Amino acid sequence: MLSKGLKRKREEEEEKEPLAVDAWWLDPGHASVAQAPPAVASSSLFDLSVLKLHHSLQQSEPDLRHLVLVVNTLRRIQASMAPAAALPPVPSPPAAPSVADNLLASSDAALSASMASLLEDLSHIEGLSQAPQPLADEGPPGRSIGGAAPSLGALDLLGPATGCLLDDGLEGLFEDIDTSMYDNELWAPASEGLKPGPEDGPGKVEAPELDEAELDYLMDVLVGTQALERPPGPGR
Amino acid sequence: MTSRLHIRTPSLREVESQGEGHTGSATADIISTVEFNHTGELLATGDKGGRVVIFQREPESKNAPHSQGEYDVYSTFQSHEPEFDYLKSLEIEEKINKIKWLPQQNAAHSLLSTNDKTIKLWKITERDKRPEGYNLKDEEGKLKDLSTVTSLQVPVLKPMDLMVEVSPRRIFANGHTYHINSISVNSDCETYMSADDLRINLWHLAITDRSFNIVDIKPANMEDLTEVITASEFHPHHCNLFVYSSSKGSLRLCDMRAAALCDKHSKLFEEPEDPSNRSFFSEIISSVSDVKFSHSGRYMLTRDYLTVKVWDLNMEARPIETYQVHDYLRSKLCSLYENDCIFDKFECAWNGSDSVIMTGAYNNFFRMFDRNTKRDVTLEASRESSKPRAVLKPRRVCVGGKRRRDDISVDSLDFTKKILHTAWHPAENIIAIAATNNLYIFQDKVNSDMH
Repeated sequence: MLSKGLKRKREEEEEKEPLAVDAWWLDPGHASVAQAPPAVASSSLFDLSVLKLHHSLQQSEPDLRHLVLVVNTLRRIQASMAPAAALPPVPSPPAAPSVADNLLASSDAALSASMASLLEDLSHIEGLSQAPQPLADEGPPGRSIGGAAPSLGALDLLGPATGCLLDDGLEGLFEDIDTSMYDNELWAPASEGLKPGPEDGPGKVEAPELDEAELDYLMDVLVGTQALERPPGPGR
Repeated sequence: MTSRLHIRTPSLREVESQGEGHTGSATADIISTVEFNHTGELLATGDKGGRVVIFQREPESKNAPHSQGEYDVYSTFQSHEPEFDYLKSLEIEEKINKIKWLPQQNAAHSLLSTNDKTIKLWKITERDKRPEGYNLKDEEGKLKDLSTVTSLQVPVLKPMDLMVEVSPRRIFANGHTYHINSISVNSDCETYMSADDLRINLWHLAITDRSFNIVDIKPANMEDLTEVITASEFHPHHCNLFVYSSSKGSLRLCDMRAAALCDKHSKLFEEPEDPSNRSFFSEIISSVSDVKFSHSGRYMLTRDYLTVKVWDLNMEARPIETYQVHDYLRSKLCSLYENDCIFDKFECAWNGSDSVIMTGAYNNFFRMFDRNTKRDVTLEASRESSKPRAVLKPRRVCVGGKRRRDDISVDSLDFTKKILHTAWHPAENIIAIAATNNLYIFQDKVNSDMH
């Protein structure tokens, strides 16, 4: 949070970078324009947006406005990062992207797909409320809600419907995205800052450096620790 | 600079909120909505803890010239409680999102208050007399021994200390799947609407078990969702017209006579994007956080992240006036995106004559724009800089370049101190400003210019 008296010079520098991506995005008020390589600058904003998206989806009842705005912003950023690749208008089903594919295009497809399925799950929630049906024993009333344990909350009630998060789509998503973002504390005092993604630029094709432990950590962050432990009873 | 705005003495709410820190309910005192009633005699506030506090303006009296028309606490009640939706395993916050007064039709006052899911109609009545001199009961209410009753008397009404009674008259539940962001009472005084992210419902004030859906923007496939409803309001005079705003910055004016489901707008108000100001955040900052019809009914006022705009109902292509609230934040959008401040929803307000508009900002600043003189002023709602009956000093944010002594630099703005909720008395120059958990009421005693 920006608070009284604290200067955030590092932020000032960083905020200029994403705006310097392309002439189209230029803020004419800035003196320095072409500071960093465009792809790298956009990548940190991209990562930030993805993090926000997942954080938003982790809420038991996501703020739809926040979610929609972040998703739309993310699409804009993606469009600027890969201006040559056309965005798939209809998200294709999540599939393990082949190594030869353009990293960004496949990332976008997988992202759209998992976003789509998660938004679909939100509509399932509404379906549940309108036609009450016996639930799978996923959601005992005694479950605690809130920020205690990061979890998908109500989305977990749907069991199979969220299974798509756990299949190739999600893994494919994370194969393409630089995960150093998740390892760093984003809001720590600017000791580390935002590490630019190693190779997110278009045209670069390589196997991402993501080992088992990191993937597990990411999975846990997203899916929560449901499988490992039940959260305690309802608390406020 | 001759603006003279006086601050009233801190309200009871402020005193209470300080004392409640021990129970951790300091956040429960955060004011989430402020609303004057139609005469301005009453001012209602709602907070995060689900409480409503109503202030009443004391009548001006010659005996106490200093307490001319000041607001004191009239009633406090718990409107909403936290709920748990067992079906979805979700907590429903008790925070009051909006309060709207009904036009007064008898001695009682009525208001609607809503949280994310449920709207309630509250009736506020006064009792200042009580009957005395019953024949069969004594003073304490016990039955008298009939043999001691030798004559009959007519009970008389004797004055008593004023008692304000509040009772819930209607509960409008189960109408919304998504979070309610607005309610608005129709000029017909019989119906009202409630809007959530994707739908708007029309209710009859006397009927709680059903409502009519009049707007539904939920796509068949949720993956196609790109836009949500952010605010809505009925026209002040035409009972068939209402407007709703979206996260993409557009306004839709709908006519309920045209169809039962008003998905097709009668008018679409949208300003084309300024190509020179384009950025990744263009859409977020164009999202309209509040829309208000002018008292005349001819204009609409909208608030997006950086500006307030006045729209003429007869012109859809662009607003007729645009005022910069804090343009110095335009170069800081990335930081504000990072810390989520860019998603803050500020409200806006008209004065009684529709000549001045007001909105809040950061650092406990609020801004006023005179539409006629095109002058604007920045003021601060804070205890340090304001004492009772003190005159508010205009503030200035400097962006660089020459800096005057009392200027605040952009980098030292406190983004945790945001004035999201403001209200203007319907007739007089009295404004209510909610600064986190403090309520400030400013009265303009002298007619003034703004610089």
